Amino acid sequence: MSETRKVLVDPLVDNNPITLQILGICSALAVTSSLKNSLLMAIALTAVLAFSNASISAIRNHIPSNIRIIVQMTIIASLVIVVDQIMRAYAYDTAKQLSVFVGLIITNCIVMGRAEAYAMKNGVGMSFMDGIGNGLGYSLLLIVVAFFRELFGSGTLFGFEILKLTKNGGWYEPNGLMLLPPSAFFIIGLIIWAIRTWKPEQVEQPDFKIHEQHALGDR
Amino acid sequence: MIRRFLDMPNDSTQKTIFVAAVLCLVCSVLVSGAAVALKPIQNANKALDKKRNILQIAGLVQEGKTVDEMFSQVEPKVVDLATGEYVTDIDAATYDARAAAVDPKQNVVLTKEQDIASIKRRSKYATVYLARDAAGKVSKIILPVSGYGLWSTLHGFMALAEDASTITGFGFYEHAETPGLGGEVDNPAWKAQWSGKQLFDEQGNIAVDIVKSAAPDSPYQIDALSGATLTGNGVENLVHFWAGEDGFGPYLQKARSGGEL
Repeated sequence: MSETRKVLVDPLVDNNPITLQILGICSALAVTSSLKNSLLMAIALTAVLAFSNASISAIRNHIPSNIRIIVQMTIIASLVIVVDQIMRAYAYDTAKQLSVFVGLIITNCIVMGRAEAYAMKNGVGMSFMDGIGNGLGYSLLLIVVAFFRELFGSGTLFGFEILKLTKNGGWYEPNGLMLLPPSAFFIIGLIIWAIRTWKPEQVEQPDFKIHEQHALGDR
Repeated sequence: MIRRFLDMPNDSTQKTIFVAAVLCLVCSVLVSGAAVALKPIQNANKALDKKRNILQIAGLVQEGKTVDEMFSQVEPKVVDLATGEYVTDIDAATYDARAAAVDPKQNVVLTKEQDIASIKRRSKYATVYLARDAAGKVSKIILPVSGYGLWSTLHGFMALAEDASTITGFGFYEHAETPGLGGEVDNPAWKAQWSGKQLFDEQGNIAVDIVKSAAPDSPYQIDALSGATLTGNGVENLVHFWAGEDGFGPYLQKARSGGEL
């Protein structure tokens, strides 16, 4: 049981797909300008990740290694289309705004990364859990980023007004940068910095060291 | 037989082809199953969403009524854009102008000079929605409009009073402009500015304009959105296009000169 727990909890901070593995950054930039979109995107990705991991794991012993990437892609793409169709049927308004990004889950590196790194080597149940865990890690980061972007960019959270904007007769002048994708880079960068200060073991060792003599520059 | 394939070494050519074929079959069944099973719900959502948008933009939403009940006072009619006449042999309830706009048999390709809204082609016919008051008189004319903003084509409706010039409501139901910048075309405070403005001046020329710091008492000027110049230009262009000769111009001309609606 503790193994399941580890698989579920580890990706939240200790092995977060975005902050440690640095995967799935692109969608984290694109959808995080509002919390509602981020939440739906997080749910969609977690569902795709869990089911793609489970189905890839189920047939892992029969996947010919020379076509394994395309097999994984096909499974992932099919699941993404199904999720997109379900969202269009039951969450129409948000699906309208998210549609392009939902399609792009196919190219989200987290999904491929977990399929290749975990589902190809582990059992169905654990792979499913690994999908849920990594999905939650992604969701957590997405929601934190969206919280700051929506709050400071639009003065709202989930569309409810928190900081009254000057253009609506309040006091808060929104930060337009927060609404543009680069701001997500800054926020994710700051979060990575914070996590690595808290857990220094996440800091990678440099690939090589510059020799003292050259570093000092005394030739 | 399946057993035989499964027992083969994974990397043999036969097994590779077998796995690929089975996978494709399973996945295509899954995808097409989902698409077909969910289609009715999706279409109902789409139709409902469109009706709700028309009602909202025209200001006809009443508390405690379903969308379909409220929509019963709105009558869709198909208009031939070139002449401004109604087309009677097409069922207005099912006519889809957006589908017609991309069908070479039902569209008109616009020249560069005509195409100020950057939509490249428009359908020959368009659906207008007439809202009637309790006495059965037309109280509002609701026109579909569309045009290119910064990132996306904006689709929306403009509601006019029975004089076919006073704007009573304007808004978009579909666009992908930057949230917070161009996306502020959805801001209720900005949309409210359009109400009461005149689409045409007294000579019948298109007069409504989006300008920086609009005079509050001007009947034609709309204050631009800050940080969204290109979206604003797009909105202005699409309003000018659809009010002009190549859009609903002929139809509105007839309505203004007292033609029957």
